Amino acid sequence: MDEEKYLLEMDNIVKTFPGVKALKGVNLKVKHGEIHALMGENGAGKSTLMKCLAGIHPPTSGTIIYDGKKQGQYTTAQALQMGISMIHQELSPILHRSIMENIWLGREPRNKFGLIDHQKMYVDSIEVLKEIDINEDPKTHMVELTVAKMQMIEIAKAISYDSKLIIMDEPTSALTEKEIKQLFGIMRRLKAQGKSIIYISHKLDEIYEVTDRVTVYRDGEYIGAEDTKDLPEDKMIKMMVGREVSELFPKTPCSIGDLMLEVENLSHRKFFKDVSFNVRKGEILGIAGLVGSGRTEVIESIFGIKQKLSGTVKIEGKEVDIKTPEDAISNHLAILTEDRRMSGIFPMLSVRLNMAIANIPKYLNGVGLIRNRELIRECNEYVKKIQVKTPSLMQKVENLSGGNQQKVLVARWLMTNPDILFLDEPTRGIDVGTKSEIHRLISQLAGEGKSIVMVSSELPEVMGMSDRIMVMHEGRVTAIVDNSEDLTQEELMSYATGTVAADV
Amino acid sequence: MIIGLSIAQPAFLSSHNIFNVLTQSAIFGIMALGLTFVIISKGIDLSVGSVLAFSGVIASSLGQSAEATSKYFPNLPIMPVLVPILAALIVGALCGGLSGFLIAKTRIPAFIATLGMMTVARGMALIYTDGKPVSTLIPSFTAIGGKVFGVIPIPVIIYFVMIIISTILLSNTRFGKNVYAIGGNINAAEVSGVNVKRNLIMIYAYSGLLAGLAAVVFAGRVGSVHPGAATGYELTAIASTTIGGTSHSGGIGTIWGAFVGALVLAVLRNGLTLLGVDAYWQQVVEGVIIVVAVIIDMRKNAKKD
Repeated sequence: MDEEKYLLEMDNIVKTFPGVKALKGVNLKVKHGEIHALMGENGAGKSTLMKCLAGIHPPTSGTIIYDGKKQGQYTTAQALQMGISMIHQELSPILHRSIMENIWLGREPRNKFGLIDHQKMYVDSIEVLKEIDINEDPKTHMVELTVAKMQMIEIAKAISYDSKLIIMDEPTSALTEKEIKQLFGIMRRLKAQGKSIIYISHKLDEIYEVTDRVTVYRDGEYIGAEDTKDLPEDKMIKMMVGREVSELFPKTPCSIGDLMLEVENLSHRKFFKDVSFNVRKGEILGIAGLVGSGRTEVIESIFGIKQKLSGTVKIEGKEVDIKTPEDAISNHLAILTEDRRMSGIFPMLSVRLNMAIANIPKYLNGVGLIRNRELIRECNEYVKKIQVKTPSLMQKVENLSGGNQQKVLVARWLMTNPDILFLDEPTRGIDVGTKSEIHRLISQLAGEGKSIVMVSSELPEVMGMSDRIMVMHEGRVTAIVDNSEDLTQEELMSYATGTVAADV
Repeated sequence: MIIGLSIAQPAFLSSHNIFNVLTQSAIFGIMALGLTFVIISKGIDLSVGSVLAFSGVIASSLGQSAEATSKYFPNLPIMPVLVPILAALIVGALCGGLSGFLIAKTRIPAFIATLGMMTVARGMALIYTDGKPVSTLIPSFTAIGGKVFGVIPIPVIIYFVMIIISTILLSNTRFGKNVYAIGGNINAAEVSGVNVKRNLIMIYAYSGLLAGLAAVVFAGRVGSVHPGAATGYELTAIASTTIGGTSHSGGIGTIWGAFVGALVLAVLRNGLTLLGVDAYWQQVVEGVIIVVAVIIDMRKNAKKD
């Protein structure tokens, strides 16, 4: 085989983070002038691999051969010089500066006095923008542009670095149909110029439309690579999700009682439309769907974190009006939010306060002072009950492991004695041992008659834990199915990607 | 530092001098208690010095004695001292509460809201008094600046009572826990059912209330309040809180720390004076100490984790 055929060969790449092996020796080969798709579920390791390639995280071991040369460790700045650009899912332009200042950031052209040569910067920017057919004045501020345009500017920036390899991490997730077409046009143009593109997306139709070759990963492992046109859709899905649902999920069957929560035609201005479902006492309802399908927003709107546009929520047959989390708590709802650091823990505060914060009124005496002895007793009880590993109640939560932080949050909500629990990605980023403990706890709570709504990106988790499964795609419910032996991941995946919709 | 000063200048340890130091620290120390709440919640209150002046001139105008030459309310009968005191507390709490309301409702940074209040309150004090001091207060008012049993200064008693109340408020009530939660992670606080808006208003109202109380002590000690009074006190109060280990990144801090911080500053000023250090140099030393104290405190915390 001709060595020069490949622009990039990544071989046996391993990446470990403290406690997690994110990549277990994966490969990737990209040819010159190829649009190459990376596929896999959330957590398969695609983004981590790309971060290794872009110099953000150096790989723990493995070799990267790029442009015919074996590369040692390099930084993001060096990656750019080598001609590797990454366009991130979350763009971070400097909003209040102009397009041209964003493109030439950190390498602004200078005049002979060492001052910035704005004229040259302007002319060069027009040049670069013309290459991808963008008619924006380089002096326009970024904040005035749409997300799609900002993305184009990122691509322009990549071109200005004379990149040979451009990585695009889910670039279409915020774009309209028309903008996507425009993006694909640019991608084909770059390809015609001999540049290579690595393209990450969850949308199967896009993969078939624009990519030449697909590499699939699962759980940090390399599964295989095929030419896109030779890989039928069902086979690709199988490669992505094809593991067995393991014994990890100790779902104990329990009797399911009366209707607890009924949600009817719930809509949000932006995230979802006409969502209806119900949950019974003792039932676990799993919500599956890709990132961005509106799963999180649905439960956050029920809980009063986000404001719903319309629709009704009934608890035990009675309509409730929940506008704030405070209202939700007084209606005996509890929520474990998706992002533990962002909206869950108080990092520098004690385990005790982290556990008690949602439930302080319960411990107040007649004059409004906290009965500390009782509070401590109860905190200790929960620490023991759900086995939180902490040296003391006064330990700062940020010093605990992720799994133990999650348990502290579980304890916080159990202390409020809720009837309905919303669990958003309850085991994300948690080691296997703690994960099964949390699963056991969830089953146990359902067994006590509590209603549970669990959002998860991991299909095995959803299938292992739920009594029924609701699937969402782009803000709409595409299926609500009973969990059974016959249900396959492929079936759920087809609802989640919107290729099939069951009658709901 | 206290030990060093006692050796270098034995007069430092006399009970007279100790009370002197505490009295000196009482006014900005009381304001530092309120700022502790504010700074733990990841905010700042720049207005307390001006609010002291504004509530101080209003209180004083209600507590002038009959022989005052420039009486604000000539027909006002002599009122019990409680009236001016309550007036100061209410004006202070309203000013603070208004800042808190702006921060909670419009989400403008606390720095801006209280910078505005700092300027507005100062202006209001000047308008109210036409730039002149309010003086000749009733004896029961100036008695607040005096001593009980001829030994213990009343400002120190008020200060200590407020330390106890603030400690209880911060560590033993729902409000106190909410202050830590808001500073620790405002999103998580909201999700956990903390009414963030209401609590922000309460935090700044408490800070304003304590500025009003500091105004009462100020009026009692000085016997008059000038509309330009207490300029820059907010910075001394912020420095006290900061030296005491309250973190400007929120979620960390204690009332005890604010007391110690205020004491350090007062001891420093007193000690340097006793040692005969030039007043101009005192300011230089004070500035250096503030920065060094915080560096040491942060190092200590970094090691502990």
